[in-house]
Amino acid sequence: MKAADSAKPVGIEVSLAIAEAVKLAEAEVVAAYPITPQTHIVEHLSDLVANGELNAEYVPVESEQSAMSACMGSSAAGARTFTATSSQGLIYMAEMVFIAPMMRLPIVMAVANRAISAPLNIWNDHSDVMSIRDCGWIQIFAENGQEATDMSIISFRIAEDKNVMMPVILNLDGFTLSHFIEPILFPEQDKVRQYLPPYVTDHKLDVKKPMSMGLLGGPEYFTEAKKAANDALLASKPYVTKAFDEFAKIFGRQYKLVESYRTEDAETIIVSMGSISETAMVAVDEMRAAGEKVGLVRLRLWRPFPVEELRAAIGGAKYLAVVDRHFTPGFPEGPVATEIRALMYHEENRPRISNFLLGLGGRDVPRNHFQYIVERAKEIGSTGRQGHFEMVGVNE
Amino acid sequence: MIEIRFHGRGGQGAVTSAELMAQTAIGSGKYAQAFPSFGPERRGAPVTAFLRISDEPIRIREKVYNPDVVVVLDPSVMSVTKVDAGLKDGGLMIINSAHPVESIRQQHGFTQKIATIDALTIALEVLRVPITNTVMMGALSKACGVATPDQVREPLMNRFGPALAPKNQEAFERAYNSIKAEG
Repeated sequence: MKAADSAKPVGIEVSLAIAEAVKLAEAEVVAAYPITPQTHIVEHLSDLVANGELNAEYVPVESEQSAMSACMGSSAAGARTFTATSSQGLIYMAEMVFIAPMMRLPIVMAVANRAISAPLNIWNDHSDVMSIRDCGWIQIFAENGQEATDMSIISFRIAEDKNVMMPVILNLDGFTLSHFIEPILFPEQDKVRQYLPPYVTDHKLDVKKPMSMGLLGGPEYFTEAKKAANDALLASKPYVTKAFDEFAKIFGRQYKLVESYRTEDAETIIVSMGSISETAMVAVDEMRAAGEKVGLVRLRLWRPFPVEELRAAIGGAKYLAVVDRHFTPGFPEGPVATEIRALMYHEENRPRISNFLLGLGGRDVPRNHFQYIVERAKEIGSTGRQGHFEMVGVNE
Repeated sequence: MIEIRFHGRGGQGAVTSAELMAQTAIGSGKYAQAFPSFGPERRGAPVTAFLRISDEPIRIREKVYNPDVVVVLDPSVMSVTKVDAGLKDGGLMIINSAHPVESIRQQHGFTQKIATIDALTIALEVLRVPITNTVMMGALSKACGVATPDQVREPLMNRFGPALAPKNQEAFERAYNSIKAEG
């Protein structure tokens, strides 16, 4: 599949489109280990490197732990670095994942989200990335193929911004996004270069200007190091917005940290992340047509959490139906709902929040699930109760 | 929007059919989406693939539960899978079979409109392998007006390359010109 610079949409599998976007971003090092459903991304990248279309070093490592180690090494040497993984691969890599942001290395990693075993399951939910939620990376969720393609370029721009210097995880739903054939507009190479110039940095290992990375941090430094990294992560938010805005100026597609869909006068708002938001929009259209005052808020940026933007998007809604795609055993709701509930608790006007677990381990999420959760959020919310949690579609 | 579901067995190209039809539609200025029923690939096991083609951008990502058209690449699947499940009223089944429509209808209890094509014979004659995907694409394209032989040429070339694309083009056209639909 050849994806030339196109003014016309190309029908291409989203995984391959991401690889083509990484080529357009002129990544210099790709170190990766294949795992379903991410494999097509790095497989295509290895083709592009092998046939000379991408002038990069492709490092076929023997595990994900080594993949991230190699990525940190190449990024510390000043190279634009990309990797991709999923599920068990991300968990195996986790030890290294937490270190990259502390070393302020602007690596970009695509995660084709997949369930965590057991039982063994290769299908989509968000339990892989939620299990490393606190890794300290900037984390974005893509919703469709065009967005995943664009974000593959934008992520480098965010990560490498001198005011940011943080690694970025680009989440895309495994299979339900990664394996779809969709129409994709590919940005032109010269415009991508204008948007994303070559990565030049002083923050690298250089014998002429020695620097140490990854040192011991005893009790006298550890707290300060963690605070500094968190300050940097929180401070990255306006630069994420800036990277989105400048992308829009050149390529005409505007992205926001939080997106609202038909939320004007909405009494009930669904909150979701990732590709099921697209099906949710269709469900919202159908409910609106039937007179239901319902809208949708999608979180594109997950870390740093867009607190003010989310509060503004929720506005005066009475009921929230928050969708989670990750199971939190031993706690009565999922991570997205827990965070939103915490953020809304001290607000004077806060909605009644219900939490619904959808689409675990590849269970299909059809429109009627959204109709159901809106009904339930209203029903439970109108009784004044908080804290409702429900796994939708469980076969008893 | 037209929604199409493909039924075949692993290795026959049901997934490839859906993908190539989506690429053809996108190449001719429409919106389209194709995806398989995901799972570990096993040659010979029943496989389902989904296709949506529309004049408007497509947002919905649920599986196709109520197809307008069902394409059956392998008639043996009809004994193990309820291939007409959810088919819309007035929907169409396009079946790879050399048998008369009436006998298929009686054997499986299908109530919808049926078009047949002897895709296996065409595939063996033209491609010399029992892979029926491009034949069934030709049948689908003619029966539903979703693609022409000219529109499919470039996607077939991109997928199969100069050595195999002309034979697949021929297979597509044989089916396109010979599909038998019920009156």
